[in-house]
Amino acid sequence: MKIEVRELSKYFGSVEAVSSVSFTVKEGELLGLLGPSGSGKTTVLRMIAGLEFPSSGDIFIDQVRVNDLSVQQRNIGFVFQHYALFKHMTVSENVAFGLSIKKWAKREIHQRVADLLQLMGLPGLGGRYPHQLSGGQRQRVAIARALAPRPSVLLLDEPFGAVDAQVRQELREWLIRLHDELAVTSLFVTHDQEEAMEVSNRLIVFSKGRLEQIGSPSEVYEDPATEFVARFIGSMNIVEAEVKQGVAHVAGLEFPAPDFSDGHRIRIGFRPYYIKLSEDSHHFRLQARLRHVYFLGVAYRLEIETEHGLILRSRMNKEEFRQRRFEVGAAVSYAITHFRILPQDHRPLPSTPRITDSPLTP
Amino acid sequence: MRTLLIVTVWLYFAVLLIGPIAYLCAQAFGEGLAIFLNEVMRPEAVHGFWLTAEITLIVLLVNLLFGTMTAMVLARQRFWGQTFLSGLVDLPFSVSPVITGFMLILLVGPGTILGTWFGTMDIKILYALPAMILVTLFVTFPFVVRELTPILMAIGTDSEEAARTLGANEWQIFLRVTLPAIRWGMAYGATLTIARAIGEFGAVLVVSGNILQLTQTATLHIYQSYVDFNYVGAYAVAAVLLAVSFLILIVLELVKARSSVMTDRSPQMVIP
Repeated sequence: MKIEVRELSKYFGSVEAVSSVSFTVKEGELLGLLGPSGSGKTTVLRMIAGLEFPSSGDIFIDQVRVNDLSVQQRNIGFVFQHYALFKHMTVSENVAFGLSIKKWAKREIHQRVADLLQLMGLPGLGGRYPHQLSGGQRQRVAIARALAPRPSVLLLDEPFGAVDAQVRQELREWLIRLHDELAVTSLFVTHDQEEAMEVSNRLIVFSKGRLEQIGSPSEVYEDPATEFVARFIGSMNIVEAEVKQGVAHVAGLEFPAPDFSDGHRIRIGFRPYYIKLSEDSHHFRLQARLRHVYFLGVAYRLEIETEHGLILRSRMNKEEFRQRRFEVGAAVSYAITHFRILPQDHRPLPSTPRITDSPLTP
Repeated sequence: MRTLLIVTVWLYFAVLLIGPIAYLCAQAFGEGLAIFLNEVMRPEAVHGFWLTAEITLIVLLVNLLFGTMTAMVLARQRFWGQTFLSGLVDLPFSVSPVITGFMLILLVGPGTILGTWFGTMDIKILYALPAMILVTLFVTFPFVVRELTPILMAIGTDSEEAARTLGANEWQIFLRVTLPAIRWGMAYGATLTIARAIGEFGAVLVVSGNILQLTQTATLHIYQSYVDFNYVGAYAVAAVLLAVSFLILIVLELVKARSSVMTDRSPQMVIP
């Protein structure tokens, strides 16, 4: 266990920013802390770094309790969202900063800086000043600077938040390769679920200072532990249904729910690609009307209104969609092939079934 | 139209700046270089220059130290009464220097509690160097603070935190990260402080007693010479002070220009 966090809480005044969070990070892991802004994930990262101090709970790095250690004593590398490079120093001086603080010999510093610039794909840029670099280059310098003193863990706060979309994609792939190469235990914070899914070995989903779920990207996606996770990760149709004799009913739909007693209201979720559609209104049993078709690049999203007035989203890959003959406004038939009864976390559901939508809709 | 505007600006400069400066120089050197040098080398004048230099240097050092400290606290800490203190920083700008002088007299003058106490301790404040330094400090206090507070707010704490994660202690952070980021602001604040300290007249006149060769600064000497109908003497010393101010300005511009080529053009480095 490289990092262990036990029942960590943080209050800012009377506001609870982090609420009794526990998790572990394994040696060599690349772990993503995912959550909407204000969910407390950055505060957790800063507490591990020693830039904030917990109100209660314990933090262990390499089995040592570090609560009372200052930032300087924790031997961590930290990468800030806005690079935080030293503007009056060259790239080389920036990378060398931590080494000169730790009183490395001049020759070794020189060698280490050269090696890192090579590794970061920045050879020949050592003499430049930060303002002469692109956003992507600056962030790589920031990572090189954090890695230079050989930290035992690398902490990254929204590392690609300040660069534009295309560079962000390159940097993600680059970070994965770098991590494969160095295998330094890394923890990064992001609000971008796509980024978290793509980069992390495992990810932790946060909401309102609480830990919602820990798991591999596919576990979190396929098996959301809470309704929040179901809504936040990917897109999901969510309906509220009432149980009668082991079956949950809502707007003409029926879902088997043998574990619930009569009168129970439960929430049912199903991913868009679990709604099968046919332009032949007799192909499936359930009837609906096609309201809208959205082109998403790799796929199409089809919005239907059921005969009972529910609005649901389906998804179809491009090849299949182009072989079919869908017409907006025409009658369609549909079937729901998979669904989940969502864990109860007592959050109010919007009055009309609203479907969260996000770029990640596989 | 464009020509008219440019001509207007030239005229404005001519009337307000160039004219008086040219006239001053003409008067100072009007009776020849020998007379000018004679006036400038007079013992009273030399003493005035030294006293002004002494006061300016002390005020500059104190302002750089406490001004930077004050700016750091105001920009970085959150504490009770902060808004009040921030508002207070500008106060010396709105108080007439003469009133500043009188405030000090009321505080440590003969017969006051503090004045009596200093008297029994045999420490001379009023009509001596300490009072002159105190009032000059008062009138120059805002320059460094006002220059640095917004810069410190703009640069934020990210790079300082980055230095901390890299193992630097607070002193190393200040010297290697914060100071380089605010040095041009400090230099600018210092320039303004020097210019104001050299030029201060009213407050110093009130608290110094204007004692010849003892508490007579360069500006007081100019005033005295003028009152004594020694116009050339007054103009000559004034020309020297003007030259010094001008020189400081030029040095600052040169250093600033070179440094901005070498390092950063980001907003916080640009000095208004």
